[in-house]
Amino acid sequence: MSFKDTAGGKALISNLWNENPVFRQMLGICSTLAVTNLLKNTLLMCGGLVFTAGLSSLTISLLRNYIPKQVRMMVQVLIIAAYVIIVDTFIRAQFPDIHKTIGPYVGLIITNCIIMGRAEAFASKNPAWPSLLDGIGAGLGYSIILIAIAFFREALGFGTLMGYELPGKEIWWYQWTIMVMPPGAFFMLALMAWFGNSYVLKKQGDKK
Amino acid sequence: MILAALQPVVSEPNVLAHLLVIFLAAAFTENILLARFLGMCSFLAISRQMKTSVGLGFAVVFVTTFTAAINYLLHTYVMVPLDIVFLEYIVFIVVIAAFVQLVEMIIERFSPSLYFSLGIFLPLITVNCAILGVSLFMLNKQGFGFWESLIFGLGSGIGWLLAIVLMAGIREQIKEDKIPPGLRGAGITLIISGIIALAFVAFSGMIK
Repeated sequence: MSFKDTAGGKALISNLWNENPVFRQMLGICSTLAVTNLLKNTLLMCGGLVFTAGLSSLTISLLRNYIPKQVRMMVQVLIIAAYVIIVDTFIRAQFPDIHKTIGPYVGLIITNCIIMGRAEAFASKNPAWPSLLDGIGAGLGYSIILIAIAFFREALGFGTLMGYELPGKEIWWYQWTIMVMPPGAFFMLALMAWFGNSYVLKKQGDKK
Repeated sequence: MILAALQPVVSEPNVLAHLLVIFLAAAFTENILLARFLGMCSFLAISRQMKTSVGLGFAVVFVTTFTAAINYLLHTYVMVPLDIVFLEYIVFIVVIAAFVQLVEMIIERFSPSLYFSLGIFLPLITVNCAILGVSLFMLNKQGFGFWESLIFGLGSGIGWLLAIVLMAGIREQIKEDKIPPGLRGAGITLIISGIIALAFVAFSGMIK
């Protein structure tokens, strides 16, 4: 049996495309969308998110038989918060400049609906290994979309990528101020949703 | 010590104007939803109906105002003296969860119909990024005292209410319109949010 057919592999891969949390469910865009005007900040946030999603799913799955049903939401939030504190401390120590701008958003990873959603829908019912992969998959599926948005926003808004100037910028580049401002993120995400939904609708149409 | 915090802002010559500026900035120029993308999940799902939008909006106003004030007091008078600031995420989340539980009981008692139509979204306020976001951004502001924090929480809540009510109004109007299939639902909502956000960018001239 190949990796793709195991429960964990299936969970990982379906989250990347077919059940991509952003395309299919429009979940959890809150905490990261605001930092998508710079690619570097986005990569850092997405790294933190994948770390938190994977490890909190693993922990919740390991503890799933010991958590009383009535307080499980609270316990899940606290487990997630503990991992976010690790991420926050790490970013504060390693990237103090970036932490000044994205500081509050790192804390908001706790309330990211994707992590909570995967914990509730998958990790609280499945064994540890598939849960870990499911969490990582959800985080990665989400990161792909956010990184794509950040790529376009930084390229069109600042003419840079990861802080480096694009080649031949003087000749062809014209600043789209809107991409730096919040509305740019809304429009980019709408385009992504349009693209994703149209693809799914077409696929459904082909099947019939 | 706590009473000292409740003293009005004496350092400012014109207290009311000072608080009004904070309120307007929180509600318009730094709108928690349109400029910071917080609370998107419930925004996208709930804004389909006017009545539930207004209900959820007021619940958010209520919760942000009081949790901002409570969290400010806890942060300044408990966590800073004891040097346990790294626990702020966990403390904030617990305060918010307890408060949401309270609001839930109040709504259930006085308006059962609203309680049923809000359904799952009421407990989800706990993981609504906007609420935690307000508390985290409040700490990021320089020189905020108790009253400033309270007004900041109120302003942010009102800003969110304004955004979701505007959106619900527009969505009810376009319900029958012909929209490309891929854009239906989340896509068109995001585009409209982008346009509303553009309008809100214009408010930034209001506060220097």
